[in-house]
Amino acid sequence: MITLRIDGQCVKADPTATVLEAAQKAGVRIPTLCHCEGIKPYGACRLCTVEVSNGARTTLQASCCYPVQEGLVVRTDTPAVLEGRKLLFQLLLARCPDVPAIRKLAEEWGVPNTPFKPKGEECALCGLCVRACAELIRAEAIAFSGRGTSRKVTTPFGFPTDTCLGCGACAYVCPTGRIQMEAEAVARLRKLVGAQRKCRYMLMGMVPSKLCPNNYECRGCTFDQAVEYQLGIHPAFAIAATRQQLGTSV
Amino acid sequence: MKEPNPIASTEGLERLKAQGLKSISPAVTKFTVGLSACGLATGGQAVFDALAQELGKASSSAVLAKTSCIGFCQMEPIVEVYRPGEPRVLYRQMTSEKAQKLAAVTLSGKLHKEDALCTRDGFPEGGPARALSGIPRMEDIPFYQKQKKIVLSRCGRINPDSLAEYVAAGGYFTLWRVLNSMSPDQIIAEVERSGLRGRGGAGFPTGRKWRFARDAAGDPKFVICNADEGDPGAYMDRSALEGDPFSVLEGMTVGAYAIGAQEGVIYVRDEYPLAVEKLEIAIGQARAHGLLGKNIMGKGLSFDIRLVRGGGAFVCGEETALIASIEGRPGEPRQRPPFPAQKGLWGKPTVINNVETWANVPWILSHGADAFRTMGTENSKGTKVFSIVGKINNTGLIEVPMGIKLREVIYEIGGGIPEGKRFKAIQTGGPSGGCIPHQLLDLPVDYESLTQAGAIMGSGGMIVMDEDTCMVDVARYFLDFLKEESCGKCSPCREGIATALDILNRICRGEGKQGDIETLDAIGRMMKGFSLCALGTTAPNPILSTIRYFRDEYEAHVRDRRCPAGVCQALIHFRINPEKCTGCTLCAKACPQEAVTGERKKPHTINGASCIKCGLCYDVCKENAILKE
Repeated sequence: MITLRIDGQCVKADPTATVLEAAQKAGVRIPTLCHCEGIKPYGACRLCTVEVSNGARTTLQASCCYPVQEGLVVRTDTPAVLEGRKLLFQLLLARCPDVPAIRKLAEEWGVPNTPFKPKGEECALCGLCVRACAELIRAEAIAFSGRGTSRKVTTPFGFPTDTCLGCGACAYVCPTGRIQMEAEAVARLRKLVGAQRKCRYMLMGMVPSKLCPNNYECRGCTFDQAVEYQLGIHPAFAIAATRQQLGTSV
Repeated sequence: MKEPNPIASTEGLERLKAQGLKSISPAVTKFTVGLSACGLATGGQAVFDALAQELGKASSSAVLAKTSCIGFCQMEPIVEVYRPGEPRVLYRQMTSEKAQKLAAVTLSGKLHKEDALCTRDGFPEGGPARALSGIPRMEDIPFYQKQKKIVLSRCGRINPDSLAEYVAAGGYFTLWRVLNSMSPDQIIAEVERSGLRGRGGAGFPTGRKWRFARDAAGDPKFVICNADEGDPGAYMDRSALEGDPFSVLEGMTVGAYAIGAQEGVIYVRDEYPLAVEKLEIAIGQARAHGLLGKNIMGKGLSFDIRLVRGGGAFVCGEETALIASIEGRPGEPRQRPPFPAQKGLWGKPTVINNVETWANVPWILSHGADAFRTMGTENSKGTKVFSIVGKINNTGLIEVPMGIKLREVIYEIGGGIPEGKRFKAIQTGGPSGGCIPHQLLDLPVDYESLTQAGAIMGSGGMIVMDEDTCMVDVARYFLDFLKEESCGKCSPCREGIATALDILNRICRGEGKQGDIETLDAIGRMMKGFSLCALGTTAPNPILSTIRYFRDEYEAHVRDRRCPAGVCQALIHFRINPEKCTGCTLCAKACPQEAVTGERKKPHTINGASCIKCGLCYDVCKENAILKE
């Protein structure tokens, strides 16, 4: 175990943990938008930025990506952190003025409104959907396109894609509600006939063989909902966890 | 043609050297044309063709050769004439007609004096140049006087396509000596002792980086050359690659031996077709001579280099984004640590250095760390290549010792500001750099001083600005560039740039609000601390440095709705001074909007409603009667 200090508090952490994980375990709150347990850290939203001193240098670091070190001193409440975080919240609020999840998070951290011109976007570009699709399901049906201010999440060339299994992991992880199970993805599955109508659990590789008896109305399917209830989390996470346990690369 | 033999002995190198010396200084008259991108852009190919035709017509024994850029890009196309036993003479701004004349006079055995730029020293044996009547020596020309060439020492002197000429100029003897008599640890120690720091901009000590990679667990290891030079106005790496590609290959081979790598990658911009071509030729020749590949120089070292061409993303100059791009993923930076020296290409220890850094390596190992340490300042050793562009008399590529004062660069090497205008600021480090004002002209150019002044060393672009430059507009220009070039991954950089640009656009339109300057400053400081990669953390430098040194100009825009430099169109008006106007009608003819009216020989007037403020009338007026206010 590694010992570090977070806001004056002595915290013990696993050597592989990040500062954010150590803080969360110790009950120190740090805001974050792009972090989700079970998906690799990405460091896109930067809301979790904290001040880190390792003796020699004091720097601002995204806690979701920063590995814990013995003797590290972390502060989540210095003026630089608080001011920067406030401004960052204001910028995100200007980007997504009508997204309840961002409004709520910003309000929790004392930033109820923004002085900047609202842009009316729904997506905060946290990348959770893209990473869930690539890391958990390994389908890579969606990705980022464009650069800088024209960056957006999309399917290849903006067309409905055959690679999408319709598993819904992207919609499950999306904090803003931008990603919805689009009618098109389900409609594509509904056009299939007979033995092609595979259940989403079969498509994800969780069950060897199961055809959909329910016209892809997963919410109304007893089997589907029973599995999800049993797992307690979206099946995509369960698959990834199992894969990791087995140590397979499949 | 005979198959080239692998070089595996001193004799082999000496043979190649003799061959190279013969082609550098043949026994007959030799014309050499600078055909780098700058030479080609100004018509160098036509000059070359004209010379070829002329030599053919005279059926002379004289030879015609190609070389690269010697730095004085403004004087291109440059032709060098070598007559055995005489000093080499450089001729400037050649055209086909001038070249024909030059050839005719030279072939008749006389010295052509027209258009001569300077004489220069013997090469590669050195020795001072001899001045010829009326033609100064190169070291007496202000542009070259204070320069000290290491990286560019062979540029414009050898044919970049010729391995023999590179060897004749001392190349590959270093690698031979290193492979024979130095251990990897000794090499790293020597590079560490030299004080060489990364020339790509951040200035990390090169030797220490190599040490990290050597000590890191993982196999295979990689070396990468970052040739994804993207700063507007900067072209040091392009010139070095076009002029002396072998020095980069040799530097990388030494580095590979030092850290234990077997594979190297040169990541070069696809917008540099000539550099790509020269590298391909150089790699092909090096392989054919056993200087790349298996069992290099018969010493058991296996190392090969491949080219990866960048797709035109500025952010791919950031090392983690560059690695992602080589691996075939989108060019987006990732969080460090782990650093590439620990986990780089394909997750293996990787040393990634800039073109100029690699090109310094053979020199350091052949001349010794002590010789390198004699140049520069306390913490910045050696030389640095800069491209000086913008409002300056001598545009070009220079290599100067670290610690040289900006004043020397601008007024001595650069020859000052054209048309007697006042110097206002110099922008170093491209979009990540900052503007340094005239009161800091005596600032020594080294990593620490520039950072303290709010700029960065960067890769070496220097843009000189005169009194006609609006500093708010400059900040706006760089932010506009970064808006497209930020990868968009992290929100401080993406949203910060977009919002700051909105505010700057507003200020330039004359719609600035009280508090805008403070907001810009706050966004800038946040981006510095919160962004993921170096692009984001340095992106606000143009804003922060212009606010720091030119706050009054921002205030004039916001408070008085005035652009002191007369650049921001929304804030300027054109008016004709009736006392000075002679009614020549030049302005009325030039105006695309027909906004200028008036009778011949009588003062004209500008109709403000239809004027689009293009400034054409201002430019054509010979009486200085048009007022910009």
